Amino acid sequence: MSHPSILQYLNPDGDTLCPLPVWCDTPDWLTRAYRHMVFARLLDQKAIALQRTGQLGTYASILGAEAIDVATGLCMQPDDILAPYYRNHACQLVRGVSAEEILLYWGGDERGSAGAAMRQDFPNCIPIASQTLHACGAAFACQYRRQPRVAVAMLGDGATSKGDFAEALNIAGVWRLPVVFVINSNQWAISVPRQQQSAVGRLSDKGLAAAVPAMQVDGNDVVAMRVALDTALGKARNGEGPYLIEALSYRLSDHTTADDASRYRPADELKRAWQLEPVARLRNLLLRLEYWDSAQEKQLQDELQGKVQQAVERYLQTPAQASHSMFDHLYSSLPDSLLEQRDWAEVRQLPGGSHCGEESA
Amino acid sequence: MTQAQSITLLEAVNLALRSEMERDADIVLLGEDIGRNGGVFRATDRLQDRFGEDRVRDTPLAEAMIAGLAVGISSQGLKPVAEIQFMGFIFPTMEQLVCHAARMRNRTRGRLSCPLVIRAPFGGGIHAPEHHSESTEALFAHIPGLKVIVPSSPRRAYGLLLGAIRDPDPVLFLEPKRIYRSHKEEVEDTGEALPLGRCFTLRTGDQLTLISWGAMLSETMVAADQLASEGIRCEVIDVASLNPLDLDTLQQSASRTGRVVIVHEAPRTGGVGAEIAASIAEHCLLDLQAPIIRVTGYDTVMPYYRLEQQYLPNQQDILDAARQTLEYV
Repeated sequence: MSHPSILQYLNPDGDTLCPLPVWCDTPDWLTRAYRHMVFARLLDQKAIALQRTGQLGTYASILGAEAIDVATGLCMQPDDILAPYYRNHACQLVRGVSAEEILLYWGGDERGSAGAAMRQDFPNCIPIASQTLHACGAAFACQYRRQPRVAVAMLGDGATSKGDFAEALNIAGVWRLPVVFVINSNQWAISVPRQQQSAVGRLSDKGLAAAVPAMQVDGNDVVAMRVALDTALGKARNGEGPYLIEALSYRLSDHTTADDASRYRPADELKRAWQLEPVARLRNLLLRLEYWDSAQEKQLQDELQGKVQQAVERYLQTPAQASHSMFDHLYSSLPDSLLEQRDWAEVRQLPGGSHCGEESA
Repeated sequence: MTQAQSITLLEAVNLALRSEMERDADIVLLGEDIGRNGGVFRATDRLQDRFGEDRVRDTPLAEAMIAGLAVGISSQGLKPVAEIQFMGFIFPTMEQLVCHAARMRNRTRGRLSCPLVIRAPFGGGIHAPEHHSESTEALFAHIPGLKVIVPSSPRRAYGLLLGAIRDPDPVLFLEPKRIYRSHKEEVEDTGEALPLGRCFTLRTGDQLTLISWGAMLSETMVAADQLASEGIRCEVIDVASLNPLDLDTLQQSASRTGRVVIVHEAPRTGGVGAEIAASIAEHCLLDLQAPIIRVTGYDTVMPYYRLEQQYLPNQQDILDAARQTLEYV
């Protein structure tokens, strides 16, 4: 299993492959990470259930990305800047975004990207890889202001095929920007497998052409993820420029709830991937180190299920925004030419408010 | 404040950039060849000497990157003013402008915004290589959340660029390169911005409204002079802001004169002229005394430069349209 060039501390059973970092000598960080990972998974399961019952829109599951996201969230400083794609809710949760806001976002409401906890983090980026350039711009702003802050761009393996990613790596190298790129290399970009995405064996090698140092990490191993991120974020913060992390993982879910991966993905491959998954691996480590027991596990599951349920209830009780809200944040102040449309949007949602009056009532 | 100086539109762009950068340390310039070289048209001439490489940044040759950086930089509260060397090369920036810059404020309910400016020279008439002469402003004017501004004189270039930089929302600032150096105007470095979203009425009249923007205003004004010499009182309006449109001013003029000619260099179909015509038709139909006429470029690929004069509307086209409108009963 172990590959010398892949940073890895834990095997799939949670056995250690090499001496653990000193911060594993106490349970603090590891149990904190575990708590976040379990919460993210429970929320993920609930979100899929909500979608299946018509209570949430199309939803992108983070199943299998928990270690990558949680380690990234925990290793970043609060005033660092996250440029996520659309599969980073676990990281957003760690950074303080509420479960209710995550559900609001996927429930079709812009307020899910508006919370104060997001500080200057970017909203989810749907157009692939364009967020890598936002991270570079944010990193430039930090560099320009001489602030010791880092921007983190997260992307999937499919995004590495886009020009934006190449352009982002390139400028990060030239300007030595304080930016860290984290590829969630989960082997599938909807239906296109990793080997059809690029002929290069290691996506981390894409850093070479831009002189961006890079490493490949076992993305199911939260210890390795923290070590990689501490290295990358530390260098970026110290003015040593950008860093690229390729975190090897597996998308255990469909692409989104609108997808059916059984159409293209071999069942036995998925079965094998489940043996590598990050949450069980960390739990096994915690049990082995005697940082955790079954009573604590039960208590945690109950507590977090309760929190998920509370978030769901708040989400379901949140009414939609008024229709004039479409206009409220279009510009800092609405141009006169749009006042008529805004007024009409308000009238139109009133009973009988339509062009045809009673005919359509 | 300095004394008024007689300068070109291009020099007015440079003056506005320099003037605002003196006042606001949050402004950074990005673009290809804008630093040591001062831009291929020299719009940023000597600004790197004045403000340093930190603030006047030559970028790698990648337009999507320039726009993406500008989105990221502006989201953090700095004010990037980026140059796209020619509008023909602006298309890689569209995803960043349309999917991100124009909607960041809306997507985050005002938590983040993108107070960026993208400057780009546009339009034909200077015998440039292929892909250097198109007028594709309508593509951008169609995008909610993005402002599109076109100056047509040195003084308006100075004031509107200050307005664009100070605007809290993303602005595409399109510079008509055919008139970059064609005439000079007294411009005083007052630091006073002109408002975005407003037309400029360059000449008042009550018999015919001529509506245009950018380089075509030169020909439009000449045509108006000719008509004036024949005793015909034309109103000439510089639209200046293609998004948002100052429809009130345009409709009021149309209602007053009852006759409208819209002049633009861009292709006709789906052009901004069509939107102006539709708006006037919707609101001023009973005041109109003649069909609205558009004088525009053809719905063709912008020809390579041996034929560009055949493509570009000229003074005679405008006069013909004006007379046709005036003679309509």
